Amino acid sequence: MTTVDRAAPPASRPTRPARRRSRRSREWVGYLPYLLPGLIAFTVVILIPFGMNIWYSLHKWKGGAAPLRWYGLGNYTDLLADEQFWTSFRNSIAMILAMVVVPTLIGLLLATTLFDVLGKRFGPRVASVLRATYYLPQILPVAVAGVLWNWILNSQTGAVNVILRELGVANPPNWLGSTDTALPTVMLVLIWIQIGYPVVIFMSALQRVDPELYEAAELDGAGWWHRFRAITIPQIKPETFVITLTCTVAALKVFGPIYVLTRGGPESSTLVPSYYSYLNFFDKSKVGYGAAIANVLTVLIILVAVVIMVLQARSARREEEGR
Amino acid sequence: MAAPIETLPTPVAGRPPRPPRVRATEVDRRHRRGTARWFVLAGAVLVAVVMLVPFLIMVLNAFKAPADYSQNGPLSWPAEFYTEGLRNFWTRVNFPEKLVNSIWISGAVAVFGVTLSLFSAYALGVGRVKGRMSIVTLFLLANMLPQEVLVYPLFQMAQQVGLSNNQWSVIIIFTVIQAAFGTYLLSSVLGTFPKALLEAASLDGAGRWRTLWGVVFPVVRPTLSVLLIFFFIWTWNEFFIPLVMLTTNATQTIPVALASLQGDRLMDAPTTNAGALVSMIPAIVFFLIFQRTLTRGITAGAVK
Repeated sequence: MTTVDRAAPPASRPTRPARRRSRRSREWVGYLPYLLPGLIAFTVVILIPFGMNIWYSLHKWKGGAAPLRWYGLGNYTDLLADEQFWTSFRNSIAMILAMVVVPTLIGLLLATTLFDVLGKRFGPRVASVLRATYYLPQILPVAVAGVLWNWILNSQTGAVNVILRELGVANPPNWLGSTDTALPTVMLVLIWIQIGYPVVIFMSALQRVDPELYEAAELDGAGWWHRFRAITIPQIKPETFVITLTCTVAALKVFGPIYVLTRGGPESSTLVPSYYSYLNFFDKSKVGYGAAIANVLTVLIILVAVVIMVLQARSARREEEGR
Repeated sequence: MAAPIETLPTPVAGRPPRPPRVRATEVDRRHRRGTARWFVLAGAVLVAVVMLVPFLIMVLNAFKAPADYSQNGPLSWPAEFYTEGLRNFWTRVNFPEKLVNSIWISGAVAVFGVTLSLFSAYALGVGRVKGRMSIVTLFLLANMLPQEVLVYPLFQMAQQVGLSNNQWSVIIIFTVIQAAFGTYLLSSVLGTFPKALLEAASLDGAGRWRTLWGVVFPVVRPTLSVLLIFFFIWTWNEFFIPLVMLTTNATQTIPVALASLQGDRLMDAPTTNAGALVSMIPAIVFFLIFQRTLTRGITAGAVK
């Protein structure tokens, strides 16, 4: 493996740059054996299953040993008329609100507070302890955090309602069990889980910003809010894009918290695409249909990701031109 | 946060003499912040308390007898140190076995995933294999795929090769998924690998294999160890694919075992809380051990 093509015969030495280029142009072939395991594994575990999933989605199939029956694009046209399908994607917007928008805004507020006020006035230890506390839910397996919340919010024996009854509330809400409250409750839990991530990233972003910018602005008499808008926001734009991208993709994919909190219920009020697809695969035995849902979700995720990345590239380019 | 609303001096001619004014506002602000900072601290601590309350309630009720709970509620101090809930959960799910399962699966994925990433990234970053941009993009896109799109075919494939309900199926799947990300990250790191080192190795007559282990590996070892920790923790926290692939208690990981007990008659308040508590402990221990690496890794990943 070591010396496969090393002996490149130096037959007629052409001019130096040309020789170098030709050597380099062949050299990469010798590295192919290192790429092969990765490519094979990737093909077997990701590309082929993805292709099979597309194939399944063109059939009606109960799964297992049952025969596949060709259905063309039928599963996809069925989706269009499926009320639950639309509910699941509408709920994705709620997931984006709870996992991207709110955590990013609160996270930015917390990070600037920790960095600007607490870190400077009370010392870095205070700031880092608080930051670790905000981050704590992020390190837990999301299913474990969900099981805990599921109990806390249980209508009969859960901590919240037991406390509410002690306080004299006769009929405390059935948080996860009623169609009115289930979605907002799930969103609150997701915000709790998610908040630490933007805090940590924004705090390190703020450390990156050149303090001289702030000093200059302060000398010009710019107030806190003005400095925040004119310096902080533009300076931490790269991190904001990364958080938006990663969290939006995560919000569209979300499965674990829904599974342990509500299983999509009650009456599909917290149904999300990934759980709906799971339900069709393993509960309703409608494999082709489940595959179609997963494919639509994939297309949506890639579209959203591409849009965010294009916006990021455009914003970076505009900044470069501005300078 | 009391944002001081200050009038911005417009940069026009004839503004008041500068130095005394600046000093005045400085003193002013410091004075105002002197009290305001305590309010800001109180607000930040309040948020921290809100984040911690679920954990505190969990710990309080993990060791409280069910009768005590129904009588005195979730906020009271336990009347006696009740360990029946913990014991229930421990024996019911055979917790030590789940712990070993989780460690084995996550550990294997971390080691295999990092090795696979290193090989691929060596070819892409150092070897500059043709078409590397499209390969890296492909790997990156794979990271965005929802696992639902892969799970049924993988489930079928595992059954065909005799790996159904076998931890190796999960190990193989996550090795590839994590390595897709690892390759993307490492190949950009190796793309900037110092040429001088590589040339020196090649002058010494080292082949590609020896260069990889003798020159490249020692230099990128810190990055690899960050990847190793991340792969371990990510796999530890995974839920969906282990839930589908590992169907019996004996093969399951901690999160899956805990979640599949949900709704069980046995799961009274102390058992649920004790179960959540012991299921969290390993994750918290990792975090405490690797805190520095993790924070550095999260932020490094963000800035790329």
